[in-house]
Amino acid sequence: DIFKPTKYGGKYTVTLIPGDGIGAEVAESVKTVFKADNVPVEWEQIDVSGVETGNKHAEELFRESLASLRRNKLGLKGILHTPVERSGHQSFNVALRQELDIYASIVLIKSIPGYQTRHKDVDLCIIRENTEGEYSGLEHQSVPGVVESLKIITRAKSERIAKFAFSFAMANNRKKVTCIHKANIMKLADGLFRNTFKKVAEDYPSLETGDMIVDNASMQAVSKPQQFDVMVMPNLYGGILSNIGAALVGGPGIIPGCNMGRDIAVFEPGCRHVGLDIQGKDQANPSAMLLSGAMLLRHLGLDDHANRISKAVYDVISEGKFRTRDLGGNASTHEFTRAVLDKMEAAI
Amino acid sequence: KDKVAKFNGTKNKDGNYTVTLIEGDGIGPEIAQSVKDIFSAAKVPIVWEPVDVTPQLKDGKTVIPDAAIDSVKKNYVALKGPLATPVGKGHVSLNLTLRRTFNLFANVRPCRSIAGYKTPYDNVDTHLIRENTEGEYSGIEHVVVDGVVQSIKLITKAASERVLRFAFQYAEEIGKNKVRAVHKATIMKMSDGLFLGTAREVSKEFPNVEFDAELLDNTCLKMVTDPLPYNDKVLVMPNLYGDILSDMCAGLIGGLGLTPSGNIGDECSIFEAVHGSAPDIAGKGLANPTALLLSSIMMLRHMGLFDHALKVEKAIFDTLADGKTLTGDLGGKAKTHEYAAAIISKL
Ligand SMILES: Nc1ncnc2c1ncn2[C@@H]1O[C@H](COP(=O)(O)OP(=O)(O)OP(=O)(O)O)[C@@H](O)[C@H]1O
Ligand SMILES: Nc1ncnc2c1ncn2[C@@H]1O[C@H](COP(=O)(O)OP(=O)(O)OP(=O)(O)O)[C@@H](O)[C@H]1O
Ligand SMILES: [Mg+2]
Ligand SMILES: [Mg+2]
Repeated sequence: DIFKPTKYGGKYTVTLIPGDGIGAEVAESVKTVFKADNVPVEWEQIDVSGVETGNKHAEELFRESLASLRRNKLGLKGILHTPVERSGHQSFNVALRQELDIYASIVLIKSIPGYQTRHKDVDLCIIRENTEGEYSGLEHQSVPGVVESLKIITRAKSERIAKFAFSFAMANNRKKVTCIHKANIMKLADGLFRNTFKKVAEDYPSLETGDMIVDNASMQAVSKPQQFDVMVMPNLYGGILSNIGAALVGGPGIIPGCNMGRDIAVFEPGCRHVGLDIQGKDQANPSAMLLSGAMLLRHLGLDDHANRISKAVYDVISEGKFRTRDLGGNASTHEFTRAVLDKMEAAI
Repeated sequence: KDKVAKFNGTKNKDGNYTVTLIEGDGIGPEIAQSVKDIFSAAKVPIVWEPVDVTPQLKDGKTVIPDAAIDSVKKNYVALKGPLATPVGKGHVSLNLTLRRTFNLFANVRPCRSIAGYKTPYDNVDTHLIRENTEGEYSGIEHVVVDGVVQSIKLITKAASERVLRFAFQYAEEIGKNKVRAVHKATIMKMSDGLFLGTAREVSKEFPNVEFDAELLDNTCLKMVTDPLPYNDKVLVMPNLYGDILSDMCAGLIGGLGLTPSGNIGDECSIFEAVHGSAPDIAGKGLANPTALLLSSIMMLRHMGLFDHALKVEKAIFDTLADGKTLTGDLGGKAKTHEYAAAIISKL
């Protein structure tokens, strides 16, 4: 899965999709920070939206985002809103992941030193299958009042995600990979996922492996989260556990993430919340997006930039003078960003 | 307005209700003994009818003995200890068999922090209701071609309506005036959409109960961040989400060992501890009977015996809060019967 996005005139072109809700605000923060650090990245911004505005261009902008991501192979993305009401319209977020086949979602959940929560020393990583499972979008009403929704699990995609999880664990010096499933009930579907995982595990004898039923995992996650290292799972359970995980360490505002495919990588906040409730209030925590941006830089081998930015973000949070509301402070998005810039400047 | 899952039992001539008792396996008999002792000390008007539910295979299907079925049908209510499912004899889980036999459509799981048992979360008091008959547990799965499996999640309006109506009614009964449906209708627009739409309709029948809905992801995020805002609500959701979130809530208060549950049906209802048969400590007098006791208290409320429920419940919580007579799993040294005796002395 090695690829090289193209670099023109010493710069990488990266597709930027700020998204709905707080997207514009946190994307602005990233742009400011990248610029201040002279990061060799040129943005190709596309303001696609999932909000129902009557704007006929939504579909068109969505197509444009796909084309841009295919061209640049690299993106930073906020979350697009998915209205419950609009039937027949698939979530743009899901459609984008499926269309580009960015099949592996990585969500990093780590306690921030100096920021205290109910749980200490959490450091886990959720690898989530992004393109099938419960998100297949295949549903039908057989007779009025009876709906069937199809969950699809394939050996090919289970194998692909399991391999991804193991290589990720090896590359990042992780010790243990746990498969999360519900194979006691969904014996065929989750059974296939779990058996495939076990098969793939044989090729990685140096890693400890295990498996756990998703309900037990959720219980363990809120009582003894330190037991988990890398976890791999089908789509829906990933959504559940990444949100439980986020809550353990401080919420969605600090959780970065990434969606990887064979040759395209799209970085986006790990918990995937649009934050419509705080849109435009200058209250959002830009950390999740900044740290996703740092992951992107690391992916490009721009480790110096990545380290400077992520260290500044962590330092500002742990120092505690400028924290956004979600972390119990009252700093605005702008003030937080300013504090990050000051830290980076001081570090030089 | 018809009450869902109304308790239809009547008192015997001697003024007592008969309740079917499935003691269960492993530690089951020991913890059932505590319930019996405490109930008799509290003068709860109940006589127990013990039945054996050792599974039998009939035409390749797991069934429970007719005598047990008849007892539950006659009494309309049962208290059940943990059952160990025999492995490798073609049996489906006995719990599932019971659920199917009696069409127990709703699973009720309250989780309340136990004073005296510290976890990272204090003052938790959540009530979760899980649809128990369909959804991802439909059991309909097939291999399309080698390496491709389809698993069908089935949502029907009828089953949704029934569990939702029960949720609203339950909220009124326990004095909470908010019901929240948990769903993933952004992704599963038709199936979860049907559940959500039905919830909105049913909510109109209960003008005194506030209704709202929340995306599954947000419920996970917010409950684990701070469960207190959920104390004034009853949550209701499709099968799989209920399975996962009820265990998650149990995790907030310290695990399955302390959580009761009720399986509710129109004809009869079965109340049970959520934990397993704990074969490792069976017969040693080490088991903690709290989960089964709290289940039996839910049962008393279901039967309309509110005063007795309150009295016994208070004695349990006071004993736990005292912290002097706790079983090993809670860090104490007391034997099962000593803990029960401490509760009785509080009565
Ligand atoms: N970066 C952030 N900073 C601060 N708060 C955040 C951030 N991201 C998400 N949140 C908060 O997390 C909560 C969940 O987000 P949100 O309501 O957007 O979820 P959602 O799943 O997108 O739901 P919906 O589509 O219904 O809005 C909200 O209260 C939101 O404000
Ligand atoms: N009521 C209880 N009191 C004390 N310890 C308990 C109790 N219930 C469970 N445990 C402990 O919790 C652990 C898990 O046991 P449990 O029987 O619930 O699961 P299990 O082994 O899966 O059983 P089963 O096969 O019956 O489902 C065991 O170590 C057991 O001793
Ligand atoms: Mg469970
Ligand atoms: Mg369960």
